[in-house]
Amino acid sequence: MEISKETLDLVKSIVAKNGELDREISTVGLSDDLFNIGMSSRATVGVMLDIEETFDIAFPDDMISREVFESIEAISKAVETLKN
Amino acid sequence: MMTDTIDVQQLAFKNSLFEHKLLFKSGVNGIVGRGPVLVELMQALHGMVDKESKKDGAVKVAFPPVVPRELLRKVGYMDNFPQLCGSIHAFSGDDRAHLKLSETVKAGGDWSPHLQQTDVALTPASCYPLYPTLEGTLPENGVLFDLNCYCFRHEPSNDPARLISFEIRENVRAGSPQQVQQWRAAWLDRGHDLLNGLGLPVYLATASDPFFGRGGKMMKASQKELELKFELLCPIWSEDEPTAVASFNYHQEHFSHVFGIHTADGEYAHTACLGFGVDRLAIGLLRKHGFDLNAWPASVKSNLGL
Repeated sequence: MEISKETLDLVKSIVAKNGELDREISTVGLSDDLFNIGMSSRATVGVMLDIEETFDIAFPDDMISREVFESIEAISKAVETLKN
Repeated sequence: MMTDTIDVQQLAFKNSLFEHKLLFKSGVNGIVGRGPVLVELMQALHGMVDKESKKDGAVKVAFPPVVPRELLRKVGYMDNFPQLCGSIHAFSGDDRAHLKLSETVKAGGDWSPHLQQTDVALTPASCYPLYPTLEGTLPENGVLFDLNCYCFRHEPSNDPARLISFEIRENVRAGSPQQVQQWRAAWLDRGHDLLNGLGLPVYLATASDPFFGRGGKMMKASQKELELKFELLCPIWSEDEPTAVASFNYHQEHFSHVFGIHTADGEYAHTACLGFGVDRLAIGLLRKHGFDLNAWPASVKSNLGL
């Protein structure tokens, strides 16, 4: 699936703001496991709510999982899927 | 429609418990008093657990049904279960503020804006107050405690087996990962046999805690995947929606990190607890065997020491 740069950048900035990561966002790779670098489940909710608001989408129940939120790339893919 | 049927069954059974004075009504869903028969049955259930914990040399301790608010902050209770928390507030204003409070109360209004938060909250699980006391280094064989407390969880319902103020009889084990895992694994069978001996058709299932909200879904899934929580389920009302009557919970290092609990070799200790929902067990037994304890099967009476 094609992920637009705009989506990736927006997701990255939302993760930086809400993810409560142990590392600077500039050092986080697109496929790095966010849960391994400090993102708690509570922080994940912050990320999810901000993404829903920013992209005007809603995550259905079956997409609220660790796999969907485990990396910037995974989240961006989900966003592209839900946007379409 | 199935849910309606269960709800109707629960309400009918609860009304019947009121009529027979097994329970006393309070006017609020989830808060009941116990009549003499239920008092006797609860004592018998505790007696049954007493015997088991004594065999294991569990140390009995007791805490009140309120905990420091700070304890809930430390264990992240509001992150996970804000919907269940019973926060305690009290009045600390002056004469003028008191008049306003009185006025609101008399008018049947919401008096919470006139109160201030205290340093305490209602105990949500019997074992919580224990963990801070374990700070430091555990003996080589770890520790095992036995405790009971009235717990509060705000989930009002018509189900007489789902109260908002109820007792949870717990055992808590802390030690090395191996000690704790072995203890819990042994209790899965032992708990099953114990409750089976009461004529309850219980069975074991992996389970999750009622984590709040959409984010809670993720917590539930991961808890199930890691098999951190098992429950003994009893079809009190229906096979499709059984009731959890006991749980066996493995916290790994969660509480040890929060409270600094170490094993003799300096590692973070692991902890696990088991909880018997004694009120739920009592309701399950009354539903299964009827209201006259004398007429219960001899084996059940004997296992309960009745």
